[in-house]
Amino acid sequence: MGNYSKNLTKEQHLEMYEQMELARHFDLQLSKLFARGLVHGMTHYSVGEEAANIGAIYPLRKTDLMYSNHRGHAQTISKGIEIDRMMAEILGKATGQCKGRGGSMHVYSIENGNMGCNGIVGGGHGLSTGAALAQKMKKTDNIVVCCMGDGATNEGSFHECLNMASIWNLPLIFLVINNQYGISMAQKDCMKVEKITERAAAYRIKGIHVEDGNDVLAVYDAMNEAIEDARTGKGPVLVEVMTYRWFGHSASDPGAYRTREEVEEWKKKDPIEAYRKVLTKKKIATVAELDAIREKSIKEIEDAIEFAKNSPFSETHVAFEDNYAD
Amino acid sequence: MEKKVMTVREAIKQAMTDEMRIDETVFLIGEDVGIFGGDFGTTVGMLEEFGKERIIDTPISEAAIAGAAAGAASCGLRPIVDMTFMDFVTIAMDAIVNEAAPMRYMLGGEVSVPVVYRCASGAGTGAAAQHCKALESWFCHIPGLKVVAPGTPNDIYGMLRSAIRDNNPVIYIEPKALFGRKGEVVLGEDNIIPIGVGEIKKEGKDVTLVTWGRMLERGLQAAEELEKEGISVEVVDPRTLVPLDEKLIVESVKKTGRLVIAHDSFKTGGFGGEIASRIAESEAFDYLDAPIYRVAGADTNIPSAKNLEEVVVPNVEDIKNTIRKAINKN
Repeated sequence: MGNYSKNLTKEQHLEMYEQMELARHFDLQLSKLFARGLVHGMTHYSVGEEAANIGAIYPLRKTDLMYSNHRGHAQTISKGIEIDRMMAEILGKATGQCKGRGGSMHVYSIENGNMGCNGIVGGGHGLSTGAALAQKMKKTDNIVVCCMGDGATNEGSFHECLNMASIWNLPLIFLVINNQYGISMAQKDCMKVEKITERAAAYRIKGIHVEDGNDVLAVYDAMNEAIEDARTGKGPVLVEVMTYRWFGHSASDPGAYRTREEVEEWKKKDPIEAYRKVLTKKKIATVAELDAIREKSIKEIEDAIEFAKNSPFSETHVAFEDNYAD
Repeated sequence: MEKKVMTVREAIKQAMTDEMRIDETVFLIGEDVGIFGGDFGTTVGMLEEFGKERIIDTPISEAAIAGAAAGAASCGLRPIVDMTFMDFVTIAMDAIVNEAAPMRYMLGGEVSVPVVYRCASGAGTGAAAQHCKALESWFCHIPGLKVVAPGTPNDIYGMLRSAIRDNNPVIYIEPKALFGRKGEVVLGEDNIIPIGVGEIKKEGKDVTLVTWGRMLERGLQAAEELEKEGISVEVVDPRTLVPLDEKLIVESVKKTGRLVIAHDSFKTGGFGGEIASRIAESEAFDYLDAPIYRVAGADTNIPSAKNLEEVVVPNVEDIKNTIRKAINKN
């Protein structure tokens, strides 16, 4: 364990583990609902990326702000949200946070500092830069995390915002969950750099690369280092976490661009199983305790689905509301 | 009531300055807004008064500027963005159209996005096709945005103050060719012109001319000259395009029975078409004694040379001729 994870309490370990199980089963169950035609809209699963997402978001304070992307369910669960309402939102129901207007790519929880997932690749770059500028101007000690995938680092706004955050020394972490494919295009085909953190040098900001992003504690340690820098005025940090999505880009992706062998290899590196091994080997928790948390998580997701299914759809006037503030 | 004769350029600066003095959440961000005083001189001296914490010079990064402003706005601040040439907004479109505009809608009505994007619009400076476009209709098309296009120094002051106070993203269109134009401006709280309220700039009975922004001045001149020919033109300045003061236009058309719309942006897809449609669908349609006519920027790229530039944007004669056409159609 690293400098930060060595200080985690049992309770914190189990909380992170629980979030990973919740994220896993949220998406697994959602994929079944999608297959049954209950999800009207796109949805992007992060099954296989739980360590990368939870390890990175868990260390944030509630008052820190997070801007997520289209693959934001796990990050959202970690930052804090009412899961039953989140499921309702994705199923388009009135009890969802956005009353069904948002769907999967727009889950959020303002009270927990989740400023929203985002359907535009790179859409959060500018927003998070401005949010970080606002924290600095208002002299809060909150930091901002801008979550993205590897593909988003080829957007122009990525480079504009890294530069801007650098010159203004903003309390901002650019978090790249690198699952190695931008929909179908492999990272090696769309950029010459081997590590995305190499790009940090161009803006003279710190880059932290996590080679095993399926090791939740490695991610946790890296992110804490970045958080400490950002919170203590040392400026922005680019964090890259290597991982892999087990499913296609979206629910409608047959995955022709990856071999079955490659996917199977990564499934062997299951981040949840890896964490269970650490927790039992270090005698932090027993298998029975972990199994109980898994069962509880599955039950919570099933309850969320029941809640969502039993919720009504919004009245149609909702489609026309909240375009403008008074 | 304090009044002062000032240029459009000075009115813009005064409006921002007055709001920044009373609301510390307001700040200005953009290229060359600091020591340079703005690419059009609209921010001269503001750095000295407010310091670099609130007059924020940026790298040439329009996407990041526009996005950061939307982000800061959703975190409780009130940014004013100096986009400089309106043409440069193309680089910032994702931030404005996909992020700022739908943010409140997609976040359950839980946040507001009080940001002003100031855009210097239109031809007249010889800067050619990449620096002279009037792109207001693009933004009128996008729910969640307000679009404000005043044409006199007084309105430019009063509406900028309202735009800064508004809790929504506002596209604030500045008539670039008129930056040096002088006029009397009522200062202070007596001149906070509400967004969405138009004004009849000149009363008349024969024909309604709806025009705004840079074309307002030419429209008023055309109306004055036609008066001598016995044609009484009512000049209606909506001042805001979204939300549009449709009632004001409808009532005027019901009175005059004729409608001409003049704008400097391109004719095809220009906002004049929207106004024409709304009148055609309204109760005013039955009062029309002539087709609705538009006089607008030509559907061509904008050239640099003065003689070429002049023929692609409506002038006073073009407006007069179009009005005469409407009058002769009985």
